[in-house]
Amino acid sequence: MKQAVLTGAHYLTGDEACAEGALAAGCRFFGGYPITPATEVAERISERLPEVGGTFIQMEDEIAAMASILGASCAGVKSMTATSGPGFSLMMENIGLGIVTETPCVVVNVQRAGPSTGLPTMGAQADMMQAKWGSHGDYEIIALAPSSPQEIFYQTITAFNLSETYRLPVLIMTDEIVGHMSEKVVIPDAKEIKTVSRITPKGKKDNFKPFKPGPNGIAPMPAAGDGYKVHFTGLTHDEKGYPVMTVEAQAMMMAQLMNKIRNNLDKIIMTERYRLDDAEIAIISYGVSSRTSLAAVDEARQMGIRAGLLRLITVWPFPDDQIRRLANQVKGFITVEINLGQIHYEVQRCAGYRVPAYLVGHPGGTIISPDEVIKVLKEAF
Amino acid sequence: MPEPSKKISKSPVHPLDDLLRTDRIPHIWCSGCGTGTAFSSCLTAIKASGLELDNVVMISGIGCSGRAAGYVKLDSYHTTHGRAIPFATGMKLANPKLNVIVFSGDGDLFAIGGNHFIHAARRNVDLTVICVNNLNYGMTGGQVAATTPFQAKTSTTTTGNPEAPFNLPLLAYASGATYIARWTILHTRDLTNSIIEALNKKGFSFIEVLSPCPVNYGRRNKEKSLDTLKLYQEKGIIKNNANPADTDIDFEKGIILGKFIDIERATCIENYDKTCRLV
Ligand SMILES: Cc1ncc(C[n+]2csc(CCOP(=O)(O)OP(=O)(O)O)c2C)c(N)n1
Ligand code: SF4
Ligand SMILES: [Mg+2]
Repeated sequence: MKQAVLTGAHYLTGDEACAEGALAAGCRFFGGYPITPATEVAERISERLPEVGGTFIQMEDEIAAMASILGASCAGVKSMTATSGPGFSLMMENIGLGIVTETPCVVVNVQRAGPSTGLPTMGAQADMMQAKWGSHGDYEIIALAPSSPQEIFYQTITAFNLSETYRLPVLIMTDEIVGHMSEKVVIPDAKEIKTVSRITPKGKKDNFKPFKPGPNGIAPMPAAGDGYKVHFTGLTHDEKGYPVMTVEAQAMMMAQLMNKIRNNLDKIIMTERYRLDDAEIAIISYGVSSRTSLAAVDEARQMGIRAGLLRLITVWPFPDDQIRRLANQVKGFITVEINLGQIHYEVQRCAGYRVPAYLVGHPGGTIISPDEVIKVLKEAF
Repeated sequence: MPEPSKKISKSPVHPLDDLLRTDRIPHIWCSGCGTGTAFSSCLTAIKASGLELDNVVMISGIGCSGRAAGYVKLDSYHTTHGRAIPFATGMKLANPKLNVIVFSGDGDLFAIGGNHFIHAARRNVDLTVICVNNLNYGMTGGQVAATTPFQAKTSTTTTGNPEAPFNLPLLAYASGATYIARWTILHTRDLTNSIIEALNKKGFSFIEVLSPCPVNYGRRNKEKSLDTLKLYQEKGIIKNNANPADTDIDFEKGIILGKFIDIERATCIENYDKTCRLV
């Protein structure tokens, strides 16, 4: 067997780094379907998984890919899929099944410009709201937004750790630009990588309740074959997993799905502050656009404008509190993202209209240049 | 959705009770429905198969038949409409030690899930797929299915079905299934034996079970539950090894039942190990 953790310095694309991050996190099943610009994740991991005792399968479509990773996860194996816009749309129903059955797994969306087939080979960040609300019904989700191949490596590990901790599908919302760029990626020693696996039950197997939260608010999850004879269903269910078609059962289940995230925001939300302490203007950005924003902040500072950047590493759940606090400090916000206003509206909501919030958006297909940010900075403030 | 059946009397222990989530009874199936009979055949087969029960899993899609996973006391997964097979594929590949049964309806497996069926058969994923074919969508109130006979009445084809149905054994055969049988719920012993064989066989096994839906299909086609059973008895022709090309369902000519295919072919996992695990 070969090494799962390729310790050393490499020159990798974001997609390849994602595959390596998954292996380092302990992913041993990948069900995929080719789509630009996510295909290279599948290609890399299809070669690597059998080397480390895992399994790769190219399914017949993304619906099947998503279903297969839920099945694998229910068998106790960490699992992942990777796709882009059209495939992400097809996965939505089963992402909902993963949420309601509290099944850990990781879904990577290497975003390209849409709607529909859009610009298959060109990047965008326009699936951010779909990531939040794409499957029907109400729910909380976790979505991360890496901005470089090195970061995608680490965030893929984090995504697995979060999914195993909180028992839900975790989304990695990267984009074509990060997915296809090649940069240096340093992979540390295996023993320096912290991986988390779901808590499995111990003790009595009879009448086990696979949806009864433990002391940490999350229910231990046995695998198929462990002897607990669990029942999982997409129907509204009680702690035993049995369908209960009542308003009360719905309220109980929804509280669990929401609260396991809402009660742990401090542990889930990751952001990075850059020159924000004395900032008068806060730029909010994530993924590849945060690199644009970083350059814009430096340029603005040189011009004597006190700008700073709040980079969202976790995009969902949204860092409401941090933005609210910033709203008391700054004269205004600028959100930089490759879409025509998605996270921008979240920023506006949190800013509470006390200070203005502007969008530096883009219809998709390329990155935003720092000049465009500077232009808005100068015009608006 | 059908009404749950009324209170049932508390009988002493039933031989299948240890495989049932008795705390979930009464079930939702209407009286006269064939699904329960197909389900109990399946439970009897699981018991008789000699398999280690901890390793037996049942996965269903959505529909009246799809509720089976909710009543069996095994690790059981009630997934989304049409997606039981890809869920099962992931589970089996992730843990080859599991013996995975897919129990679902004709609409679930062959309309919305048709693509998954043919691909799992092509790959020869080691699954036992049991399809309760009641010729319509029972759960949603009796709409036309991919299995509804030509000219039959359903709630969305009130003047008759203008389309031709699938011949399921032929579809399974063309797709690469290594075990194919068809029975009706009147042929419980044969059905049970087929399920036992399928459970103990490696590779993709497919068993079609014709089953009455008196409430939706029967009502619109002037068949009481008993009439449907009579039809099964009078028109059923047992012909093991029949050519799947000849097994289209024709209630005039007769419906061919039996075990049609039982062949050996390397499974998905065997081929993956041989081809992809080179170290
Ligand atoms: C994506 C989706 N589309 C439609 C439905 C509604 N629906 C529920 S059951 C069903 C048909 C089930 O038919 P079949 O598989 O033949 O099962 P039966 O009820 O006849 O046993 C449909 C269309 C659904 N649950 N999900
Ligand atoms: S298949 Fe028909 S008879 Fe059976 S439970 Fe469903 S609606 Fe009732
Ligand atoms: Mg049906």
